[in-house]
Amino acid sequence: MATLILAEHDNIKLKESTNKVVTAANLIGDTIDILVIGNNCMSVATQASKITHVSKVIVVEESYYQNMLAEPVSDLIISLMKDYKTLMSPATTNGKNILPRVAATLDVSQISEITAVIDKNTFERPIYAGNAIATIKTTTEKNVITVRTTAFDAATNENNTEIEILNATANPCLSEFIEEKISGSERPELTSAKIIISGGRGMQSGDNFSMLDKIADKLGAAVGASRAAVDAGFVPNEYQVGQTGKVVAPDLYIAVGISGAIQHLAGMKDSKVIVAINKDEEAPIFEVADYGLVADLFDAIPELENELNNIK
Amino acid sequence: MKVLVPVKRVVDYNVKIRVDSQSQSIDLTNIKMSMNPFDEIAVEEAIRLKESGQVEEIIALSIGPSQCQETIRNALAMGMDRGIHIETEHSPEPLIVAKLINEIVKKEEADIVILGKQAIDDDCSQTGQMLSALMKCSLATFASNITFDDDRVIVTREIDGGLQTIKLQKPTVITTDLRLNEPRYASLPNIMKAKKKIIDKYLPDDLNIDMTPKLDVIKIEEPPKRQGGGKVETIIELVEKLKNEAGVI
Repeated sequence: MATLILAEHDNIKLKESTNKVVTAANLIGDTIDILVIGNNCMSVATQASKITHVSKVIVVEESYYQNMLAEPVSDLIISLMKDYKTLMSPATTNGKNILPRVAATLDVSQISEITAVIDKNTFERPIYAGNAIATIKTTTEKNVITVRTTAFDAATNENNTEIEILNATANPCLSEFIEEKISGSERPELTSAKIIISGGRGMQSGDNFSMLDKIADKLGAAVGASRAAVDAGFVPNEYQVGQTGKVVAPDLYIAVGISGAIQHLAGMKDSKVIVAINKDEEAPIFEVADYGLVADLFDAIPELENELNNIK
Repeated sequence: MKVLVPVKRVVDYNVKIRVDSQSQSIDLTNIKMSMNPFDEIAVEEAIRLKESGQVEEIIALSIGPSQCQETIRNALAMGMDRGIHIETEHSPEPLIVAKLINEIVKKEEADIVILGKQAIDDDCSQTGQMLSALMKCSLATFASNITFDDDRVIVTREIDGGLQTIKLQKPTVITTDLRLNEPRYASLPNIMKAKKKIIDKYLPDDLNIDMTPKLDVIKIEEPPKRQGGGKVETIIELVEKLKNEAGVI
């Protein structure tokens, strides 16, 4: 039997998270096909055909797949699942939106956000905000799995496999796309950035995040935030790092004015190097920090900016 | 119009759980339990829809052991009209939960089901999506705004990198994200009033749902501990160490 991977893309570029799912799928060991669903997305299919370990890319283009609405996309995937044992996708908002709908129709229980593959039917996944790791074995014929991409390296692009074009399934017309507002940032995305600087409630206002922007520009970093900062309305939800936001694992994570609530630590504690800047020396963030600095961020951040100027 | 809001009883979000290495499970003795925070947002949204006159009846549903009645009472004290409790020994896996909810949707002929986007215990983020598949209806996950346009529901969703707005046919399933609203606290008079509200009770057998799990939990372990606690005294020392010791800048 084979594994089908739902590709993550924006109709132009394939996202690296797809390569990471390929690595996880390769550990399962079955043949791997990639499914590209979208509109005018042949360039994405071409990119997917380069990924190592992939045996075939299936592409289905249709106007009503442009925005990956759950109902038409899941209908299409369900129509293909007779040939596959396993369906996988990265645990992005698309994957989380679509895969459980497929799973329920196939009458299987999904395994969300796996962090390790033990064998074809056994996987590890974090529960309770990563404070426990559960080992789960499926008992059904088919498996539906989302992958926490920070747990797997990206598969390389050293392949050139066939691309098969399939027809769309009917549009169930249950919902209709109105608009999308994508914050067009020049900075790297949170989930793929090598360096992230995040602010918490200690930032005191949304305006003060411009201090972090300056550091981010110097380091080529992404800017994140704690749930407290999002709750307080300082920054939009898409900045949120944590159990209920984005899970990240950059080379360097700089936490500024973040106390380190359980739910925030769940989203960043697998970062290679963690820096914490907080004026409360009792803040739990220091327990996970490699380099903690007890200081007022309003003194420390301008000083950090200066110091970075000196070394570059 | 009728709105159903499933609410889950979970370990309170402030509690740091402990893994019992002997039984390889989570130690839940004497631990504070609360309504799943995203479900509170769903309850609040349902109440606001009723207060604005857009829906007629709002019902809270919980699935699990008898203590789930407290969670339902909490939703009733916030302002839900009545409750339904499906009593099960443990909290079942999301697919079974979705099947049980689907049976209640049929019985009650609910038009809209609003659920939390994720429970903070198992972190699955599946139930709403699965329910929409079983109901063969429209789906809007991670909602940060809900409005009505004649017969249809307009939902703004929090997606990776921004916001997406979609228009849905009813019946529909909506899951809540953080910014949809800020849930209210129940006032004392409302807590008293909630005691008189009706909670109907069902068993899974009444609903003809097979409760056999499809997943086996082999074990639950503690994650590897991160060694932290390192300190620096100055920004100059920090930058020097990041450059020369850690080599990350």
